[in-house]
Parts: sequence; C-alpha cells; structure tokens
Amino acid sequence: MTAASPPFTTVIGLEVHVQLQTKTKLFCGCVTTFGSPPNTQVCPTCLGLPGSLPVMNRCAFELALRAALALNCKIAAFTKWDRKNYFYPDLPKGYQISQFDLPFSYDGHLEVSDPKGAFEPRRVGIIRVHLEEDAGKSMHDEAAGTADSRIDLNRTGTPLCEIVTQPDIRSPQEARAWLNELKLLLVYLGVSDCNMQEGSLRVDANVNLHIPQDDGRIAKTPIVEIKNMNSFRSVERALAYEAERQWGEWQATAAELGSMPKQTRGWDDAAGITRGQRHKEESSDYRYFPEPDLVPVTVTDDQVAAIRASMGEPPAVLRQTLESRWEISAYDADVLVNQGKELVGYFEELATLVGEGKAASNWMQQDVLRCLNERGGAIADFPVRPTAVADIIGRIKQGDFDTSRGREIFAEVLETGKPVADVVAGMGIAAVDDSELKALCAELISANPKIVADVQGGKEQAAGGLIGQAKKKNPNVNPGKVRAMVLELIRSMS
Amino acid sequence: MPAESSPEPSLTPADVKKVALLGRLALSGAELKNLTAELSQIVGFVSQLAAVDTDAVEPLAHPLDAQNVFREDEPAASLPTSEALRSAPRQDGECFLVPAVLGDSGSA
Repeated sequence: MTAASPPFTTVIGLEVHVQLQTKTKLFCGCVTTFGSPPNTQVCPTCLGLPGSLPVMNRCAFELALRAALALNCKIAAFTKWDRKNYFYPDLPKGYQISQFDLPFSYDGHLEVSDPKGAFEPRRVGIIRVHLEEDAGKSMHDEAAGTADSRIDLNRTGTPLCEIVTQPDIRSPQEARAWLNELKLLLVYLGVSDCNMQEGSLRVDANVNLHIPQDDGRIAKTPIVEIKNMNSFRSVERALAYEAERQWGEWQATAAELGSMPKQTRGWDDAAGITRGQRHKEESSDYRYFPEPDLVPVTVTDDQVAAIRASMGEPPAVLRQTLESRWEISAYDADVLVNQGKELVGYFEELATLVGEGKAASNWMQQDVLRCLNERGGAIADFPVRPTAVADIIGRIKQGDFDTSRGREIFAEVLETGKPVADVVAGMGIAAVDDSELKALCAELISANPKIVADVQGGKEQAAGGLIGQAKKKNPNVNPGKVRAMVLELIRSMS
Repeated sequence: MPAESSPEPSLTPADVKKVALLGRLALSGAELKNLTAELSQIVGFVSQLAAVDTDAVEPLAHPLDAQNVFREDEPAASLPTSEALRSAPRQDGECFLVPAVLGDSGSA
C-alpha cells in the first residue's frame, strides 16, 4: 500500500447477463434478430398464451455449457429449471423460467492480468452460471407525458446466460479489465456477440467497502447493487463513484452491513452519479418453484468432453501459444489476441510467410492495426492481405529499400489495391547497386568537408547529415547502406 | 384430518397480506379475514405430508419420468403482429399498452 491508497478495500462482485448466439429463442422458434419492428417475433409460447408449452433449444444449452466450461465451472450431471414469479408488464407469463437451486454449472473462475502490470493478476471466482429467458422491453415517452407505456415482446424468451462472480474484484479498474477478458472469451468461443449497445451483454455490480478499524475488526459498509451501466467504462466510473460515496456515508453515519435492506442504485452516466432505487426484494419473494413444463436435463462426461474438444483455444491460452510459437513479448501477444480471433489468424498467416514473429508483430501493430482502426471495418475486409505485407517485409529484408520506404509502399497498396510489385515499379523503386551507391557517397563526401572532419574527429553520428542528403538525391537508397558506405570511404581517406 | 404429530399451522393476516401484495391482489378487511382462515385450512391439510418420513426419498424435480427433451435451433413462423396483439385489452397496432411503467424493470 502506498501513502495515497484509500483507507479501505473496495469489494466488488459482478452479475453478467449475456445473450447466447442462437438463431431462435430459448423455448420457441421465434427468431432473435435485433432491431425488428415491435412484436413481429412473438408466438403463443413467448407471449405466454394459455395452452402453449416451452421446449428447450438444444443449441442454447450447448452454448451455455461452452461458456461454463470456458469459465472453468463444474458441470452438474442433473439440472432443472424453476419459475421465478414476479409481475411486470414486460414479462407476459407472470414468471421467468430460470434456474434456482440446481444451476447447470457452478464453482469456476476466470483470471485477468494487465500486461503492463497496472494491477496484480486476479483470479475471480464464478459462483454459478445458469441458463434463463430474457424479458421484453417497455418504452415510456416521459417527454410526451402520456399515461401509457408501450410493450414490445420481441426479446421475451431470448436465451441468456447469467454469470455470477464471487466478490473477488478489488478495484473499478480490475472490474473493467475482467469484463473485457470475459467478453473476449465469450466472443472467441462464439457463445455471444457481447454487443452492449444491443443489450447482448448487461452488467450489474455489487460493491461495498471493508474498512479496517483500530481494534483490528473489519467494518463492512452495506452492499449496494448498481444497475443501468451501458459500457465497461461506465462500470468503472460507477464503481469509482460508489466507493467514494460509501466512504463519505460511512464517515457520516458509520452504518454497517445488515443495518438496512440491500439497496439498488442506478448509474446516471451524464451526471456521473448513482441514484437510489427501490429496495431489493428478498429472494423468497420470487416464490421459486420447479418449472412443471420443462423436464430436467442430464449431462454425461462424454458430452462435456465433446464440447470441450470443439471449443478451440481461449484467449489466455492463445496468448501463451503466440508468445512461444512466434517468440514475441507477452505485451505484443496481448495486443494481438485482444483484437479478436480473425486478427490473430491474419497475424499467424503473415508470420508464417515471413518466417518469424517479431517483424510480423511490428507490422501488425504499427501499420495493419493503425490503418484498420482509421478505416474501420473488419480485418477480413482489409484490402492489404498477409501475402502483400510479407512481400514488402521480404523486400526490406533483402535490402531493396528501407522500412520507411516499405511503409510508403504499404500505404500505396492500401490506397490503390495494386500488387506490391506494380507499386514498387510505379514508384520507381529499384535496388541501388553498389557502384551507384559508392559514386553517390563519394560525391557527398567531397561536397561536405565539415562533416568528414567531424567523423574523422570521432563524431560518427555526424554521418547522419549525409544520409538525409543521399535520400534527397535518390529516394531509393537504403539509409543503413549509405551510412556504412560513407564511414568506410571516410576511413579509407585517412 | 391432520395427523396428530403435525401441529396445526396457522397463517396470520400479515402473511396473507404479504402474499396478496406479491400477487397484486387488493383485499378488503372481510376478504383478508376469510382468506386467512381458508388458507390456514389448506396449508393445514397439505401439512399432513410432514408426517411422512422422507429421509430416504430423492427430491422430485419433475413428476414425469422423462429427461433431455430438446428442439433444434430452427426458426418457425411467428404470429402476425395484429394476431399477437388481438387479445390485448389495449394496443396501438404495434405495441401492447399498459399503465405507465416508470423506473427500473424488475427483470432478469
């Protein structure tokens, strides 16, 4: 702890809902397309009409299993669903089909670390992962001042994985980093697109403070659940605000955990504050009971093994693989993996063509990623393919031109879509042969006696002045070669 | 008749009030009184089961002896919006209309 550390520990647990990437809803064949006109993706089952019955979507269950395995969870051999009863207009049945006492998976973890060491690596425990259905959407136009809310049930019955962590996270920054890692993992595995704008990933956070007392006791402030956070950045800001707010409240009231019901607060992103909402109902108020319309599901070890085998490498493993396979730094591997599976594919194709990872990684980060970010779009649509980049790197390595000239060629290939060879020819780039180079250097030496004197006096860096002049006379010269030739000629003069 | 070993459970009016609130039922004083008595009788009747020794019995998750019923992830036709909204007390051709819902959803 440094002197600047606050006199408390922030204790954070997260509850994350992710929408599973299925074509259809959890219990019926309505599609889950985002953004369709209201109430166009509904049927008797997801409307909760009498006589309709739910049937479990196999793909949803398998994607949920995949998520749980990736989070190192234990898989229950026997699982069932329960009714969570509450009244709300976006829940047409009057209950949500969820999982209560026998979730299909539990007791896992996901680690997060920062390649720059901003915080210590943290293993965050997962209490449980369960499979449930989403509710619909209610819309209220407060400005119009009408008395009605409008209900769109397109989202009702969409499959969700609920992921509940242990209160293992110790700072807002860690919470954000952990969410980034979770999102990366779920996107890599094809479990969810985790698009927060479209509601495919939603986060609630539980937070309180542990405050050491003079008598050695740890005082704990009441736990607050924060909702309405629309980005990972909002999560970080809301948690930072809430920790400060609780610290202020503790100093004013000394209220401890258990002295009041759990409070829910909503994050107001524009105002940058949390505001109190209703008090959380006790969980018994949901009157859970086993869902009679769905039969239980059993999972065998063979099924688990088959899903595990089909999963592919999670990001944490892939970082290590890239590090050892291509001899790149942990930081470089992190940057590449965090850009997603497709970009890693591009990198590996490039590194294979070039025959080494370091140059490929540099070009990925300095040129490909930079241009990709400027242009927007997916790496799959990026016009300069790995073969072209490898071609440029190869020509640099054999001394046709230097890296900065290579960059210009890259930019031109990106701009015109022409093959590298055509661009090289069109730019008049041709390797400068040794006799041509020697003549040019000799000319510069005789024209710059001051620089020659400096070099002879021991200031070798003075030769840099000649490199610039050489590039002006012939843009195709290789600066390294000019430097070597100039020094060699000056040495032979003395 | 309740087994003699199980004590007569009795619900208080406060219990019934809470259940009514959760069920969004508004009860008059007389209704509350009657229901407290009637629900107490029902709970008392069911609590006869408490006399049975169930230590060696597995909890029953479902009365049917069936498991692993799935459907494939294949789209099926949805209802036309007009059909979906047809039985709603109030609607605007696109959405169901309900009295103003303000604040946070209780969902998920």
